[in-house]
Amino acid sequence: MLILRALRLVLLALPFLLLPSNAIRAQDAATDIPAAIQAMGEANLRELEQIVADLAATGSDTVVPVLTALGDGNLYLEETSGAVLIERGSTYLEPLSGEAVELGADADLSKIRVNNGLRRDIAAALAGMTLMSDSPARRLTAAQGFLANPDPANIPLLDEAIAAETDANVLKAMQAARAVTILGDDEQSVADRKAAVPLVASGAGRNALTILNSALNGAPEELAPTIQSAIAGLEQERAIWGALQNVWFGLSLGSVLLLAAIGLAITFGVMGVINMAHGEMVMLGAYTTFIVQLVIRQNFPGLLDYSLLIALPCAFLVTGAIGVGIERGIIRWLYGRPLETLLATWGLSLILQQTVRSIFGPTNQMVIAPTWMSGSTEFFGLSITYGRFWIVIFAIIVFLLLLMVLNRTALGLQMRAVTQNRRMASAMGIRTPFVDAMTFGLGSGIAGLAGVALTQIDNISPNLGQNYIIDSFMVVVFGGVGNLWGTLVGALTLGVANKFLEPYAGAVLGKILILVLIILFIQRRPRGLFALKGRAVEQ
Amino acid sequence: MKNFSAKSALLAAALAGSVSLSAVPVMAQDDTIKVGILHSLSGTMAISETTLKDTMLFLIEQQNAKGGVMGKMLEPVVVDIASDWPLAAELARQLIEVDEVDAVFGCWTSVCRKSVLPVFEELNSLLFYPVQYEGEESQRNVFYTGASPNQQAIPAVDYLMNEEGVERWVLAGTDYVYPQTTNKILEQYLLDKGVAAEDIMINYTPFGHSDWQTIVSDIVAFGSEGKKTAVVSTINGDANVPFYRELGNQGVAAEDIPVVAFSVGEEELSGFDTTPLVGHLAAWNYFMSVDTPENEQFIADWQAFIGSEDRVTNDPMEAHLIGFNLWVKAVEAAGTTDADAVIDAIVGLETPNLTGGMATMLPNHHITKPVLIGEIQDDGQFFVVWETEDLVPGDAWSDFLPESAMLEADWTAPINCGNYNTETESCGSAM
Repeated sequence: MLILRALRLVLLALPFLLLPSNAIRAQDAATDIPAAIQAMGEANLRELEQIVADLAATGSDTVVPVLTALGDGNLYLEETSGAVLIERGSTYLEPLSGEAVELGADADLSKIRVNNGLRRDIAAALAGMTLMSDSPARRLTAAQGFLANPDPANIPLLDEAIAAETDANVLKAMQAARAVTILGDDEQSVADRKAAVPLVASGAGRNALTILNSALNGAPEELAPTIQSAIAGLEQERAIWGALQNVWFGLSLGSVLLLAAIGLAITFGVMGVINMAHGEMVMLGAYTTFIVQLVIRQNFPGLLDYSLLIALPCAFLVTGAIGVGIERGIIRWLYGRPLETLLATWGLSLILQQTVRSIFGPTNQMVIAPTWMSGSTEFFGLSITYGRFWIVIFAIIVFLLLLMVLNRTALGLQMRAVTQNRRMASAMGIRTPFVDAMTFGLGSGIAGLAGVALTQIDNISPNLGQNYIIDSFMVVVFGGVGNLWGTLVGALTLGVANKFLEPYAGAVLGKILILVLIILFIQRRPRGLFALKGRAVEQ
Repeated sequence: MKNFSAKSALLAAALAGSVSLSAVPVMAQDDTIKVGILHSLSGTMAISETTLKDTMLFLIEQQNAKGGVMGKMLEPVVVDIASDWPLAAELARQLIEVDEVDAVFGCWTSVCRKSVLPVFEELNSLLFYPVQYEGEESQRNVFYTGASPNQQAIPAVDYLMNEEGVERWVLAGTDYVYPQTTNKILEQYLLDKGVAAEDIMINYTPFGHSDWQTIVSDIVAFGSEGKKTAVVSTINGDANVPFYRELGNQGVAAEDIPVVAFSVGEEELSGFDTTPLVGHLAAWNYFMSVDTPENEQFIADWQAFIGSEDRVTNDPMEAHLIGFNLWVKAVEAAGTTDADAVIDAIVGLETPNLTGGMATMLPNHHITKPVLIGEIQDDGQFFVVWETEDLVPGDAWSDFLPESAMLEADWTAPINCGNYNTETESCGSAM
């Protein structure tokens, strides 16, 4: 048992023995670990590189936490005592023993900083040390580390690990790492390298093309065709998934447009009010989210992951109330005078922007993405970011809820009645001023909801709304004024069309083309995709 | 952010409001020297420029506390160009003709500078321009205290090429004059260095672009050809936050595809959580994290002036500091605020910068600067990973573009022109 362990240690140290810079130091196996860690505190980047190499060369499990912390930016120097400490949450640990350290009142902590090159070194060193770890997650990270930094010296180590591996996922990653290493090693036989190609193609994820392409440079003649056909296969696969990926991008852009435009579909589409301050409602929704998150962060840090959910009703109520205020204060005096409404709401939008700028300052505010909204996942060949995914879902939910409010509630019935025939509705006993205010409030509240979602993809600055107002009008006009389904189809069509044009025409020209297409379309069908029919239209 | 409350925010806002109000002169006084501040305080550029307005007020207050210039107090005149460039030209004219200011500090974008240039030339006044720009210009009445391409873009590309071994380049920018010209220079520079044309991808996006999904996935695809790839970003303003978010979400780590930015500083980063961006780079001539006594003092004074420990400092602020100090020195040397006398006196003057060196005003109206490359940290600050050993003199006309390689700017006798052609030995460019 002991011999096995010793053997393992030697094997672990092997890759580092072969690195010329460490070769000499590694031989005097007595690198003083505590002293080396101590020296990290005051080291510059070059010295730090050397220390990391020395620590890695010891092969000792005890240096894993300190290297991990250094790579993750959790290693601190306590300036007064000169001690090097690992931060974990709000406690500080002694790097070797892992015991919590009581900090004195005069403690002055400064982070030990690393650069990209050093982070790569650390990842490679840690991969070698944690490949035999007890935790499958760590072994997986280690295998991925080997895949990213292939080194022929690691092959025996990987072989041993593969033989002992029980977890299917980790095993796959290790085999891929081994295949990548063999493929990149000129000294392996061509047959072995050929055999490694399909494993690389299937196992290395989206890095596979990179690896195969670099292997192709300088591959011997017998090997090149195998690699080329693997590349061709991958590229064909990618072309198919690329089209689907574009559809997904388009849907996700479309859902953002839908969110921004759907409130406008109510105020402009249903009520006929040209509300230039619509974008500012979106902006106010985003700022509400910012404030909600600030309060939560200070008072209830545990709820931080749910802050967006909590912000939703808040944003709806805040912007809804402001919307009612605007309708009662300004717009109701201007019904039937679209030009004046346009100018008044435009002025209002400038006032709102500058007010927010005066209160919160001109710089962007920060809303942290909850953990369940950050990162991405691979869905077959598609890469789907969680943030975008939830925004698509959210847009659909908002759309369905709104549809229900309009078609299934008394308020919705009254809204439709008032917009279709105001005098008749009034004669039937509907309080039309109240319904007007509620409708405008609903439209503004939904704009606020859009603001909550936009905190995840855009700047939270006073200008946030301006970026969306033109697009929103475009969607509503294109989809057909007064029709929610039109807004849905309009938003998604514009999103997908934009994303299919972008790779060919570029972002700038793509946007211009879309605008030209819409103008042509409106020429042909002035009422948009889904035109309202009936007597209401004739007025 | 720690001690934030709605009340204190309101108070701060009210204070900020009163500061800018009191800055507007109520009556003309004969015993003051007037300094014009020409920045956008509303509109899209307010995000960056408002801080520069505050910086100027801060510098003027400090100078007045020291007794002013030539025994006279300085009086700031603030105007808001509202991110509207024709308005900028009108307001510049108003500052010089109506308010009779002796020097103007202002503008952020190149389009702003280009639109006010004729005014300064016609009325013979002084403009100190504090932001990195594309070069290819030198005007007698303008002092360029920001970086020219050889003080920012070229060293950054050299760093990526030599230290990170980058072989494949994505030049991504916002669609206007600064990124277009910078990318033209960079493309030529890379081609001269032997980079193949198919290893360079150039991409432009509109101002305020927010949907980066396609472009980021294109960058990932471009980076999967087996050569180390980097992105050189001249993306400006609001578009940066969604761009970096998309990078983070699609899992583009700095170790795989580093992004080096020329328009992203501490101020821009204060708007978001930088954890996913750790390791991406920026090239500037100053970082807030630079450890010198001058910088420590500047940060402390600035935070005391603005009344918040959360406010950051950035590169254009340092440029304003240098420009302002040079102007003060030149006025004192000339003994007058007269534009011609100051233009003659200022060349060759030097003032300490905040990174421990000296900024010298060169005959081409650019200054000497160190070049620093920093990596973004999770606290929104930069960690300097590389810097030039010596100060780099600003070059007005790029040596890498064939049409400007033979041009030099020299505003001292006997040449005294902004585009001296060294081949024909006469003024006037070949263009």
